[in-house]
Amino acid sequence: MAAVEGWLRRAWDHDLAWSFRRSPVTLLAAFLTLVCVGSAVFAPWIAPQNPFDSATLNLTDGFTPPAWTDGGSTKYLLGTDDQGRDILSTIMYGARISLGVGLAAVLFSAVLGVSLGLLSGYLGGRLDAFVMRVADIQLSFPAILIALLIDGVARVALPRELHDQLAVYVLVLAIGVSGWVQYARTVRGSTLVEKSKEYVQAARVIGRHPLAIMLRHVLPNVTGPVLVIATIHIATAIITEATLSFLGVGVPPTQPSLGTLVRIGNDFLISGEWWITVFPGLALVVLVLSVNLLGDWLRDALNPKLR
Amino acid sequence: MPKPRADASASAATLAERALLRLHDLGRDFDVSRPWLNRVIEGRPRQLLRAVDGVSLEVRRGETLALVGESGCGKSTVARLIVGLYEPSRGHVEFDGLDLSDLRNADEAWRQRRRMQMIFQDPYASLNPRWRVRDIVAEPIRVLGLAASREQALARVGELLRQVGLSSDDGEKYPHEFSGGQRQRISIARALSGNPEFLVCDEPTSALDVSVQAQILNLMTDLQQQLGLTYLFISHNLAVVSHIADRVGVMYLGRLVEIADADELFVRPRHPYTRLLLDAVPDLEMSGKARTPVGGEVPNPLAPPSGCAFHPRCPYANARCMTERPATIPTARGTVACHAVEECRI
Amino acid sequence: MASALLEVSGLRVEFPTRRGTLVAVDDVSLSIAPGEVLGVVGESGAGKSLTGTAIIGLLEPPGRIAAGEIRLEGERIDNLPNETMRRIRGRRIGAIFQDPLTSLNPLYTVGQQLVETILTHLPMDRGAARARAIALLDEVGIQAAGSRLEHYPHQFSGGMRQRVVIALALCAEPRLIVADEPTTALDVSIQAQIIALLKRLAREHGTAVMLITHDMGVIAETANRVAVMYAGRIAEIGPVGEVIRAPRHPYTVGLMGSIPKVGKGLGKRHAKLAQIEGAMPRLNAIPPGCAFNPRCPKRFERCMIDQPSPMRVGSNLAACWLYAETAR
Repeated sequence: MAAVEGWLRRAWDHDLAWSFRRSPVTLLAAFLTLVCVGSAVFAPWIAPQNPFDSATLNLTDGFTPPAWTDGGSTKYLLGTDDQGRDILSTIMYGARISLGVGLAAVLFSAVLGVSLGLLSGYLGGRLDAFVMRVADIQLSFPAILIALLIDGVARVALPRELHDQLAVYVLVLAIGVSGWVQYARTVRGSTLVEKSKEYVQAARVIGRHPLAIMLRHVLPNVTGPVLVIATIHIATAIITEATLSFLGVGVPPTQPSLGTLVRIGNDFLISGEWWITVFPGLALVVLVLSVNLLGDWLRDALNPKLR
Repeated sequence: MPKPRADASASAATLAERALLRLHDLGRDFDVSRPWLNRVIEGRPRQLLRAVDGVSLEVRRGETLALVGESGCGKSTVARLIVGLYEPSRGHVEFDGLDLSDLRNADEAWRQRRRMQMIFQDPYASLNPRWRVRDIVAEPIRVLGLAASREQALARVGELLRQVGLSSDDGEKYPHEFSGGQRQRISIARALSGNPEFLVCDEPTSALDVSVQAQILNLMTDLQQQLGLTYLFISHNLAVVSHIADRVGVMYLGRLVEIADADELFVRPRHPYTRLLLDAVPDLEMSGKARTPVGGEVPNPLAPPSGCAFHPRCPYANARCMTERPATIPTARGTVACHAVEECRI
Repeated sequence: MASALLEVSGLRVEFPTRRGTLVAVDDVSLSIAPGEVLGVVGESGAGKSLTGTAIIGLLEPPGRIAAGEIRLEGERIDNLPNETMRRIRGRRIGAIFQDPLTSLNPLYTVGQQLVETILTHLPMDRGAARARAIALLDEVGIQAAGSRLEHYPHQFSGGMRQRVVIALALCAEPRLIVADEPTTALDVSIQAQIIALLKRLAREHGTAVMLITHDMGVIAETANRVAVMYAGRIAEIGPVGEVIRAPRHPYTVGLMGSIPKVGKGLGKRHAKLAQIEGAMPRLNAIPPGCAFNPRCPKRFERCMIDQPSPMRVGSNLAACWLYAETAR
């Protein structure tokens, strides 16, 4: 117990924690992110309603405006959509999908990008040239197009029945593949720097296998910037998923993400039921903005030159 | 092949027995050409940098051989060729009688190489900042399987840390918690943990303050006596070398221009470059000796002068020096590569 | 006796950090006469570079001059506004730093940099400035100065680049030159050439030179007087011959003993260098009293309590309680 206490005190005292505490913007961003993530994770327990369980839906409650306008009711705080689904609940459940896909895609990107960057940087030669050319070619296309391309190929390649089941995985793959390049480039650069350092040469003189050197010696020293890229990439991934879902090629409508909700609500914007699209949109903005701000703080805090 | 010394009172055979390391006409080129596309478009040829050009020497068991020279002379490259960080372009390295470049000996060569270790120049880059000191020092023990268990390995690490003047508790810390001198001690502990016989030291004290340097040099001398080590000591600092070396080799632009016993070299330097180097050492005795610094700088290694590489800066150069590369000739207690010496002009 | 061109009294440089204030330079006093070369020597962390930086006025915040005075030709320069200091910096103080590669702007020719600096500080037209640039390059030993003006820094070798940097420092005929490790990045044979050049220039132009280095050998060859710094304080200051041959402060004694010399140790290769145990304390862990006392073989009670100021002993000043009697 005392050891944990000691560790906590040292963590609190650490430069990183101190710079965190000092910035009100970061504290707010962290709080908001926590709220978003918390409500997404605990949605099944804290959401007023399960919007995907048709048994709990009441069609007559459809198109109820938000609670503070007239016509609204406190049962549906942010109003309902055309099928009587509580907007607040759909946001919480939608955030689950958005965050889930975003995090999974970033994880995929990071693993792919870091591995390729490490191998390219350390082994050099033809492998390096090939990987970097592929990266260059990929960078000349916008990420959305790459994701659309992969998605399209998957739809053609997979049998129709499996589309909906695998949609989420295809989406993660698509966003993941569209984002690996920045990880690979950064890690390759760092690997080139570390490779020429004498501790790597010392490991070679000791006789270690190149793979062991890459994993045990170089990798721990090149992952610093990866954390910062990943944090900012989460925001991008969520937006990409939202865009794809908005375009109709993302998650299936049975598991709507925040992007899907915005799309669905878009149809009702003209007829005056603004809350169906605005609130999911706002939630998306708040989530992405807070994650971005956290990423900004992390980048500045980890930059030794700014300290 | 180095010729046997003129006054070889010990027979050549005994000398050969005692050599732990031999370099046979060692050479290493680096390809610094521009990328292929640029070469094709600009019509340029390949460019090769001859970092090491025909170096032959031997290091005897138990001695300290120093290699000195200024930047670009190739001494660090020679060090890396010996430990296997680079492959030779020409010639070969022979360790304890075994040709390390011969592919037929590959497995044996790997094993033999483990009898050598290296200490590097930069104390801040030679230790992995993410590893604890005990893991850094224990790495050779683990790789070479020298300990039966983890406890045994850690006990040995503690022993080594004490041997280099640190405490065994220091194993728990990270490198950034130590000063430059202490890090060099950790590097030495790591080098020793594999129980090597031969230590290649690449400017181990150049990045250290003078008082710390004294501590490290004394430590290395003590360890050599205690453990019977053989050192190849690379340095650009002749004063340091005069305190630690038995024999000294002088390199210039990739070539070995002179090699001799330390007391001979410092008292009776033969090669004009050796004289220049000795002359350039600042005079702390303040004897008021007048010095005329020799002009010029080390030429670009990509375009070395023809004939003897030193001729543009040499006060004794003649026509032959500009066209013909000097051969290595024996002197009283070493060898030298200089036409002027050969022609008895100096 | 010529009055001092540079006079530093009681200089104190501090760095406020969130864990407390670090004193990097503590009560440093020194002076340099015109034409004199003062060496400031010390190991890393001794505060010698910071002293030079403070004098030039390039101290980066949060570092600041907390106490003391710096006088150049009688006028105070440590409390001037930035703009005034900037004009003084080029005109009356020249600076030479360690790395010639980063001291010169790689995107401009050497000629452009020289001419620009001359024109900034001296009233003359472009043609005259160019002629002066050529004369300067010539003076520092660069052949074919006229055509070399058009070359970029990367077209010069290391030693030549440092000569260009010296020429740049001399551009506006400064009264004081602060050189921070000017020969450390150069080969030993080039070092000798640059040292000779600095000495000649100081003598011929009557410029005062503050030569900061960790290399005692360079000091022995170049300086008239030397100040030895330890943990931000001056340990000993005096004529170079005295300090090197007959050091008084125990740190200086230890330092001189640990420097390897060619010729010594030959035939007794195993004779060890004298070493000082321990290491220089970090700025946040300077012991009370004399900063050197934990490592000093001659310490006694008072050393651990009171911080000594430099006291006269012979022709030197040494900050050591051993000499408290003789000083009185």
